Amino acid sequence: MNWNWLNRNTDQILTWLVQHIWLAAVPTVLGLLLALPLGAIAFRYRWSYTVLITLAGLLYTIPSLALFVVLPGLLGTRILDPINVVIALTLYTLALLVRVVADALDSVSPLVRQSAVAMGYRPLRSLITVQLPLAIPVIGAGLRVAAVSNVSLVSVAALLGIPQLGQLFTTGFQLNFFTPIIAGIVLCLLVAAVFDGLIQLAVRFSTPWERAVKRR
Amino acid sequence: MISFQSVSKVYPDGTPAVEDLTIEIPTGEITVFVGPSGCGKTTSLRMINRMIEPTGGAVLIDGKDTRSIDAPALRRGIGYVIQNAGLFPHRTVLDNVATVPVLKGQSRRAARAAAGELLARVGLDSAMGGRYPAQLSGGQQQRVGVARALAADPPVMLMDEPFSAVDPVVREQLQDELIRLQAELGKTIVFVTHDIDEAVKLGDGIAVFAVGGRLAQYASPAEVLSRPADDFVADFVGRDRGYRALSFTAAGDLPLHDEHTVVLGRPVPADLAPPDATVDKPYWVLVVDGDRQPRGWVDVRELPAGRVVTVGDLVLGGSLAGPTSSLRTALDAALSSPSGRGVAVDEDGRVIGTVAAQEVLAAIEVARAVTPASFSPEDRSEQPAKRKQGSEPATSAAVPS
Amino acid sequence: MTGALSWLTDPANWTGSAGIPTRLWQHLWYALLSLGIAIVIALPLGALIGHTGKGTGLVSGLANALRALPTLGLLIMLALWGLNTLPGSIALLGPTIAVLVILAIPPILSNTYAGIAAVDPDTRDAAKGMGMTGGQVLVRVELPVALPLIISGVRSAYLQVVATATIAAVVSLGGFGRYVIDGLAQQNYPMMVGGALLVALLAIIGDRLLALVAHFAVSPGITGRSVKARATTADLVVRRPGAAEVQDGGGAPDRDGVESAMARAGQIADRTGPL
Repeated sequence: MNWNWLNRNTDQILTWLVQHIWLAAVPTVLGLLLALPLGAIAFRYRWSYTVLITLAGLLYTIPSLALFVVLPGLLGTRILDPINVVIALTLYTLALLVRVVADALDSVSPLVRQSAVAMGYRPLRSLITVQLPLAIPVIGAGLRVAAVSNVSLVSVAALLGIPQLGQLFTTGFQLNFFTPIIAGIVLCLLVAAVFDGLIQLAVRFSTPWERAVKRR
Repeated sequence: MISFQSVSKVYPDGTPAVEDLTIEIPTGEITVFVGPSGCGKTTSLRMINRMIEPTGGAVLIDGKDTRSIDAPALRRGIGYVIQNAGLFPHRTVLDNVATVPVLKGQSRRAARAAAGELLARVGLDSAMGGRYPAQLSGGQQQRVGVARALAADPPVMLMDEPFSAVDPVVREQLQDELIRLQAELGKTIVFVTHDIDEAVKLGDGIAVFAVGGRLAQYASPAEVLSRPADDFVADFVGRDRGYRALSFTAAGDLPLHDEHTVVLGRPVPADLAPPDATVDKPYWVLVVDGDRQPRGWVDVRELPAGRVVTVGDLVLGGSLAGPTSSLRTALDAALSSPSGRGVAVDEDGRVIGTVAAQEVLAAIEVARAVTPASFSPEDRSEQPAKRKQGSEPATSAAVPS
Repeated sequence: MTGALSWLTDPANWTGSAGIPTRLWQHLWYALLSLGIAIVIALPLGALIGHTGKGTGLVSGLANALRALPTLGLLIMLALWGLNTLPGSIALLGPTIAVLVILAIPPILSNTYAGIAAVDPDTRDAAKGMGMTGGQVLVRVELPVALPLIISGVRSAYLQVVATATIAAVVSLGGFGRYVIDGLAQQNYPMMVGGALLVALLAIIGDRLLALVAHFAVSPGITGRSVKARATTADLVVRRPGAAEVQDGGGAPDRDGVESAMARAGQIADRTGPL
């Protein structure tokens, strides 16, 4: 492990790190925001559940590198534009989370749902103030998976020359040099771990009733 | 008043859940829908707040067809309590209770304040307001459920087997609470249960449903017990209905006999020896404590004079008859006592005398000579609401040890 | 896009060592070889874990850890090591297959173990009662019943390896990925997109074929009875025996619900693999 090399290239590595974080985080958040309404629709209207899940499944069978390359043709962007990565990963996140959101809403006790109806809640308000909060733990679990996957997927884009931590791998390969590769792996794992931890914290923070039960 | 007009519910696959139901539920009373599983009682209940929509007929509340009102708005005006409470687990108890007032536009602070008072009203410590449902016991959750239903002060309350999921001791407490609350509030309550005893205890009027959604009988509890409309109702009410019917007749003026007593912890007085020492029957004497509350019985033949009576000597007695007891309680007190003499106590639980089984039976004969007024469904709307007779004292448990 | 289509239909691209059939064969070869090795390793292991109930924590921990690992990095690292230490012919191939196998194992492993564990205990009991040995129970009863989940795991693994094999092109191996890499280097966008489309097709068609296999291989009787309501991805988390029913205040999903959601999400995510 060549620490000198690392020292000399710290700036570059940091730049790549920041870009990597950005490229992984944005699609995760976007995917979640889009998945919430879509998942709610899939949950509410059973016919749409099948349609959406099938589409999502289909999307998931497409390897990411392929998607990174094919999207520009469909969107009209340049192949080397990072936006392709963001869009592709958003689509993956979306495909994953739509099902998670739908299933999470499904796992909320029907008794509670009925209660809300009986109190006089309209469907939308019930969804937002009663069902979604209760679905947070399950959605959070799916979100963690999506976030961690995204961190790994971003590095693949190095093959297209998009700057992020994956460049450490290609550089290392070109230079026949292990240091950047190991550094890259370690940093990716770190970012993934941080994302995972942050999401867990967010879930815990937003579900005080779960904490209360544990205290009992 | 809630009225069902030829209401029926048939599911898309053809199964009839409710068959041509016509019934008038009087305002300000507890009406119980009772029957076995699959009889349509819950379905009928849920057609009142349109959780289920009828396939035929109409439901009117105070003359207005429920379908003419926007469903959520209708439901905000009706309290709804279910088994397992259905509390929102992600909200504190206070916020749960404040749900409907907030929905109706009241400020959260005002709603929470009112909720706190309501908690006290249903017998909960207001400190519980900040807890989450998962931290409460089943009985406590059920009370919160009732408080939540009461929060917007709806004129109508629907209760669907609310006490079925708790243990019998808690259930009895909750039932008593409901009776007490209703005495204060006078709401129109429709209560569903499969337990005929609960129905008889709580209901001012009972509607017995048969499997397939048919209304078999709608009458006062006394009438259902003493004059079941058909075989189904007779079977459903079950054995002991004669005995149960006794709870609707007050014990009135049963003769009370004075009773020699021995005080726990004191020596047996010398003059308490059995009159005829040769007869081989136990000679029971009632044991009381310092407050003249009954503790049990002792067979004086086993205790020499001067011997201190201890708890270990006691044979625990039967149930107690109180000042407002029914014939049923009096009879049970006599039958469950080792001496055959039922202990009667005053409001403070102090012994005032005993009743003998023979005398209770004589009183029953007297009561039967007076025929109760008949209540047919049509008559009910003209008759003023009749509260059921013969409320039980709060403790009809065995003599405490 | 039209450029890609014309590239795809250009007969010149269908011949020679850089032709589509050759590359297809290479890609398939990598995929099926590693899949085969992974099945040989993971199936018995998963069956053992499911049968005995031991080691379940290991499996889920492994799956999670692997998801966070950047496969590109892993691939390159092992390839580099191979270049420097292994003899020429398998210098790159060996490590690549190794990586593919490593990535293919978790889905097969966890699906197998969950499928076996989800077999109705009554069924197992009846089999033992009839006099079957442990091994016979496994082969004649548990495996057939767990087959849907197992095949589902193989499908996940297939997608994983197809995707990863695409990247193997970066370490100078063959397969459709070469079109993408070479196309980028040569600024030949039609080739890039064509290659990407081919990869996608390979993935989708293979997946569908495996689904067809499942349809015919699984006994028609397995639609509910012996496995609790058809083993689904929800069974990826084995309910711990004696896991408490949701208690009072239950309206929120219980911990098992959260874990199974995580496992389910993981299974979906692993279909794409970190690639």
